[in-house]
Amino acid sequence: MVRALIGSILVGVMCPLVGAYTVTRNLAFIGDALAHAVLPGIVFGYIVGVNPAIAAVPTGVAVAVLVRTLSRRAGLSSDTSIGILFATMFALGLVMLATASTIRVNIEDLLLGQILAITPTGIYVSLGITVMVILGLFAFHHWLLFTSFDPLGAQVNSTRASVADHAFLVMLALVVVIGIQAAGIVLVMAMLVTPAATAYLLARRFVSIMMTGAALGTAAAVTGLYVSYYFNVSAGPAMTLVASGIFVLVVLFRPRATPA
Amino acid sequence: MSLQDVTVEVGGHLALSNVSFDVEPGTLMGVVGPNGAGKSTLFNAIAGLLPVRQGKVTLHHGDQQSGGLAYVPQRESVNWRIPVTVMDVVMMGRCCRMGWFQRPGKRDREIVNACLGRVGLWDHRSALMTELSGGQRQRVFVGRALAQEASVLLLDEAFSGVDLAAQEALVGVLRTLRDEGRIVLLATHDLTNLAGRFDQVLCLNRHVCACGPPEQVFTSEVMEQMYGAHGVGLNTDGES
Repeated sequence: MVRALIGSILVGVMCPLVGAYTVTRNLAFIGDALAHAVLPGIVFGYIVGVNPAIAAVPTGVAVAVLVRTLSRRAGLSSDTSIGILFATMFALGLVMLATASTIRVNIEDLLLGQILAITPTGIYVSLGITVMVILGLFAFHHWLLFTSFDPLGAQVNSTRASVADHAFLVMLALVVVIGIQAAGIVLVMAMLVTPAATAYLLARRFVSIMMTGAALGTAAAVTGLYVSYYFNVSAGPAMTLVASGIFVLVVLFRPRATPA
Repeated sequence: MSLQDVTVEVGGHLALSNVSFDVEPGTLMGVVGPNGAGKSTLFNAIAGLLPVRQGKVTLHHGDQQSGGLAYVPQRESVNWRIPVTVMDVVMMGRCCRMGWFQRPGKRDREIVNACLGRVGLWDHRSALMTELSGGQRQRVFVGRALAQEASVLLLDEAFSGVDLAAQEALVGVLRTLRDEGRIVLLATHDLTNLAGRFDQVLCLNRHVCACGPPEQVFTSEVMEQMYGAHGVGLNTDGES
């Protein structure tokens, strides 16, 4: 239970920190796509006996980079590239899962998350990713704010804008890997988007959105974990419902309107 | 800054054809033309956002360095959903002067404060961008270019949605930048008061129709090239 609690807190903090950008940059779809696209990595991890969280990291990073490359090379919109990659990778993962007779994995655990079964290695991977992403968010903060607000102006200003954009996709992929362990492939987007969107309704400054989102995300993840434990339901749906409940309350009773 | 026979294609269509002109340091130039004339395409080509199929864009040594060129995009290109303050936006101009893990230092803050003063927005430094008028927003972007220490400024449709008084305030700030030796190019489809505002005017309609002092370029022939038969009756006071 202690491991599950640590895992939940990491998910609750990290998803909204990155989610603040995801929400304000209209990138929710790519978060969802990355979650589905890491399935082949997870299954490969089970096949070769490596912790699935470790195996999912290179897959997520590769897909994040591929999305950009495919958009540029094929001249397609990001949404189209993401749609193609997301479906292809998820299908590949399902085929691998069906044909690998040596592994026994409950598909429901992959899709909906099973934080109560998180291993010590899973926690170490999550902690490592947390440190990396927090350092990345710190290093790239000004550039990420610039490219999020005025992508053209930032691109003209320096080539570093493009580096920051790529780095953000990699950080998003890494956080998705943490999130999958708790919320599962299908519902990780809820942890990425809902607490950050709730914070967007409450906070005035961007950094405040990140911090408020992290607090709300932690509250949702930990509450969801206890609901999952005591009522014997999957952690992912429990966390999602708590996060959505907070969102609805804030929409109904928020103290002030957001800027246009 | 010099452009020689610059030809640009967008989506397989010719957007600019054989565009050539020179701009001396200390010039405030208006780039005018109808919608679809290629004004934004020209700026994107100068800024390196679009590849040039043929020809050459030459920037002076200082302008080619990181941050030497500042681009103020059209209002539609900015993500207003990001809640940033006036101070945040002007500080973005210092990004190219800071290392990855570096936070804004004392010098950065001093420069940003000075830039806010120069564009007359010190009192609004804590306001969100969405709380400002169109003219004030444009001045924030000019402040960002100043903080960036850019020697070339490209402002795309900076008068769009900005009332006359605010346009004049913006031009006043741009004149001070011109007087410091910077090159300022401002694209507009608004022909009002061009003679009083710009040193040079580039008339564009996928090719250069004319380039020179505003009082010389707006001949009937040039207006017809830009706006067709309806353009002959227009004058640069915006009346027909």
